[in-house]
Amino acid sequence: MREGRCGIGELEIRDVERLSIRIGGQVKGYDPDQRFNRQQQALYDRFTQFTLIAAEEAIAQSGLEFSGRVAAESGVVLGTSGGGLNTQDENYRAVYEEGKNRVHPFIVPKLMNNSAASHVSMNYNLKGPSFTVATACASSNHAMGQAFWLIRSGAATAMVTGGSESMLCFGGVKAWEGLRVMSKDACRPFSANRSGMVQGEGAGIFVFEEFEHAKARGASILAEVVGFSMTSDAADIVMPSQHGATRAILGALIDARIGAETVGYINAHGTGTAANDKTECAAVSKAFGRHADEVMISSTKSMHGHLIGGTGAVELLACLMALNDGIIAPTIGYEEPDPECSLDVVPNEAREAQVSHVLSNAFAFGGQNAVLALKSL
Amino acid sequence: MSGVKERVIEIIAEQAVLEPSDVSLDLSLEALGVDSMGLVEAIFSIEECFDIQVPFNANEPEKSDFDISSVSAVVAAVEKLVAEQAD
Repeated sequence: MREGRCGIGELEIRDVERLSIRIGGQVKGYDPDQRFNRQQQALYDRFTQFTLIAAEEAIAQSGLEFSGRVAAESGVVLGTSGGGLNTQDENYRAVYEEGKNRVHPFIVPKLMNNSAASHVSMNYNLKGPSFTVATACASSNHAMGQAFWLIRSGAATAMVTGGSESMLCFGGVKAWEGLRVMSKDACRPFSANRSGMVQGEGAGIFVFEEFEHAKARGASILAEVVGFSMTSDAADIVMPSQHGATRAILGALIDARIGAETVGYINAHGTGTAANDKTECAAVSKAFGRHADEVMISSTKSMHGHLIGGTGAVELLACLMALNDGIIAPTIGYEEPDPECSLDVVPNEAREAQVSHVLSNAFAFGGQNAVLALKSL
Repeated sequence: MSGVKERVIEIIAEQAVLEPSDVSLDLSLEALGVDSMGLVEAIFSIEECFDIQVPFNANEPEKSDFDISSVSAVVAAVEKLVAEQAD
């Protein structure tokens, strides 16, 4: 994201020739055999595998060990939308297409949406609250918001949180094709010549920890989560509402007790669809008022694609880069200004800028909105 | 190309919750009460009915090769696609 490099390319999946959408932000060069043994692979769908790889890195980086009271008071809350969709796709093929009358005994625990959260809990001895949130494109932001609230309320000491997604299989992409909002060439958020969204896959995992607890053990703290808000449009199953998004952004600012002028960067939902981009820019303009022209807002989906239930988690990485390294990830593929998206969208090249506070937007199908506010230390 | 017009009108009428006889050719789908989801469903039905691929992207309907400005435009576009299919 720092280099503005695009991870979107030709899909390499079974029956791709029967798809009209053949691009995606696919994880390439990944060999499950290098990471997981045969027994583990029988239980870990691709979305669980991505989760466990990211969780291992995050927990190691946090330096936190889960034992005794800390283990009892710590848990996992993750976002995903499709869960074990690859497992479903493969096994429906087996019984319908290939006419098999028997599937592997662990298909249910492998495909269930909570399997990734469960395996993180089991692998790291997390014995507190553990669950999965499914709010389509806002799943990860809702999950991280729950982690934040559980800690702030005193119900948990630490929460492993974030999300993952792996919908890039024949059935997954075929379903999305039906909506006619997918691009055949590139994801160009906020650009007048945008042609739709592009799907991605992967995981983003973080360790949220009660502030004083982290400070007392001398943890290297990447950022402080200071605000969260969720709203519902209560309007349409696919068309976003400007009002619902504006209320979510304002709610996060109020929860964080900051004014719009404090926010230097927004990681946009920025799907690259006409419906989202115009509505989101209008919502930010409304919420930020005269400060709307000062804030940088970029959509990193232009590089990693839309990870649906995992997208907010991967996008939080851009927020951490802004807060820690003073580098704002760009919106790449930006070619033509759109008068209805006239904000500073950080086109095409990363920018150096010191920001103290950031927002991360997620606005889901179903009108479920979730916005997080973070500050640097 | 008998029947294409009638079938397209039936499909649009279903989305508009109208009788086929109440669908006038010069009206836009929007004017008939077909919203963006109804439009995508209508295009799906057209593809299934005639076994054709309709070039339509909801992000840039105005740039699509498939003219949806009125019922008669849709009928003409479908007739063209069906004819191409037969070639």
